[in-house]
Amino acid sequence: MKNTTKHRQLGSTGRGITYLVLSLWSLMVIFPVWTMVINSFKKRLDIYKDPFGFPSLWSFDSYLAVLKGHQFGRYFFNSILITVLSLMLILLLGSLASYAIARWNSKLSRWLYAFMIAGMMIPIRIGSIPLLRMINEMGLMNSLFSLLPIYVAMGIPVAVLVLTQFIRDIPIEMTEAALIDGAKPRQIYYKIVLKLIQPAMASVAIYNLVPIWNDLWFPLIFINKESQKTVILGVTTLFGQYQTDWSRILAVLTLASLPILLLYLAMSRQFVEGLTAGAVKG
Amino acid sequence: MQRYIEGRSQPFSWFLYILPALLVYLVFLAYPLFSSMLASFMTGNHAQIQTFVGFDNYVRLFTEEELSTRYFSAFRNTVIFFAIHMLVQNVLGMLFANLLQNKHLKGRKFYQTIIFIPATLAIIVTGYLWKLILNPQWGAFNLVLKALGSEHANFPWLGTPGVSLVVISLVSSWQWVGIPTMFFISALGNIPDELYEAAAISGASPWQVFTNIKLPLIMPTVGVVSTLTFVNNFNAFDVVFAMENVNGAPDYSTDILGTFFYRTGIAGQHPIGIPDRGMGAAVATVTFVVLIIGVALIRHITVKQDEA
Repeated sequence: MKNTTKHRQLGSTGRGITYLVLSLWSLMVIFPVWTMVINSFKKRLDIYKDPFGFPSLWSFDSYLAVLKGHQFGRYFFNSILITVLSLMLILLLGSLASYAIARWNSKLSRWLYAFMIAGMMIPIRIGSIPLLRMINEMGLMNSLFSLLPIYVAMGIPVAVLVLTQFIRDIPIEMTEAALIDGAKPRQIYYKIVLKLIQPAMASVAIYNLVPIWNDLWFPLIFINKESQKTVILGVTTLFGQYQTDWSRILAVLTLASLPILLLYLAMSRQFVEGLTAGAVKG
Repeated sequence: MQRYIEGRSQPFSWFLYILPALLVYLVFLAYPLFSSMLASFMTGNHAQIQTFVGFDNYVRLFTEEELSTRYFSAFRNTVIFFAIHMLVQNVLGMLFANLLQNKHLKGRKFYQTIIFIPATLAIIVTGYLWKLILNPQWGAFNLVLKALGSEHANFPWLGTPGVSLVVISLVSSWQWVGIPTMFFISALGNIPDELYEAAAISGASPWQVFTNIKLPLIMPTVGVVSTLTFVNNFNAFDVVFAMENVNGAPDYSTDILGTFFYRTGIAGQHPIGIPDRGMGAAVATVTFVVLIIGVALIRHITVKQDEA
């Protein structure tokens, strides 16, 4: 009953326009993505004959060529490795810090909180020139691991924001009981907090997943060695080799997007919650 | 409970929990930013010993013919890039959110899912994909235009100064429109139903409901979305890199601050030459100052309207 009033205003024309607008935009989204996926399964010259239809013959040649001829498998492994490691560290460091900030009632902790949150507004790219020198001095140039500390630093502000809010919302009775039993803060973190904040951890992980997996800037400026490239950096180099072979280019693009795309389609609700968790509360 | 927080636990042990995160954050985010500012007052080259040159880099950036022409052109292009995002991406996001707010709409979840899909793609993938679609030879876009009987079917969308920047901005808006949509949906969802009921009783039109109830109440979210758009646009790089190149072809007409920064400070190309560390740092620092001013301005505008 509560919600009917505001929508009763929409007549059938309004409804028609709503569907028209949303369907048109959906077409504009689906069409390019469709073009990318469907043509990657065609033979090179078939694309010119029928650019939008299903392939007359499903061909995996482009995929085989891409996966075999180049180090795409290696790129994939690199991307997965660096994304997983970064997310794990962001969650570990972020949850430890958030636990302390939420429980330690002092001026310093409030100041540290504000200081770390401020990083959300600062694009780390601005510091690229000193970062280049630092990574070089650490001997991490041309190594996949040059990306790790940067992605972790990038993820900490949002992790601290979301997790601190979440830990503050945990009912105090939950920890009081443990305290009476003589538990130490470390045990409370490990046995209680870490279990309760799992939904918030998922939000933080998803929030950071997309920018880390899709990042081009830092791989581009740090990594020039084949074996250390990420998928997204790999896309830039593979492109040049297939100037006229569209189906191979499209196979590369599809491969680079598929993991996140499938993950998103499987859990779109969590994606949206993860995305808005940081900003709406803050 | 107060005892647990203040009495029994020592501040030092609490600090140890924060330390790892703080260290990574300080070393790889705060320090590089600070260090970048320092480097902007030093001489350029990597190899040489750095010496203090005061505001020399800034003076050169803004007055030296070759540099300042490129800088101001990149700055102007970035402003246009940002304006198009605000107009297209965020207005569309607002429209979609309002349409999707209707809980009786069939397929609401479906549309919502579709709208967000491009935001999960890498910008470089989006860029290359649209570059293929807009390609005059094979491009799907031109085939559609031809089918519709348009005479622009062979138009070089990405090779025409004055057009390509708009096209790139639209592609980037296509990519990101899901983000404002989601933010606005969640903000609209927080508006109490009583307000709509009151509006319905007083016979307000949907447009009046939007301008008098929805918009003022979601102003903080409008602020967040504008800030995000602003910060991201002033650091954009990938979409131009993918669709044109680091020189912002054709004829620097798509050169934005991100590509200019890349050329000056990181991997320089003709005509600027070898990357100039100090100059690159100066470019970054100016961007940082612009970001701070811009964010403060957006906050000022949205917070003020919120109170009014």
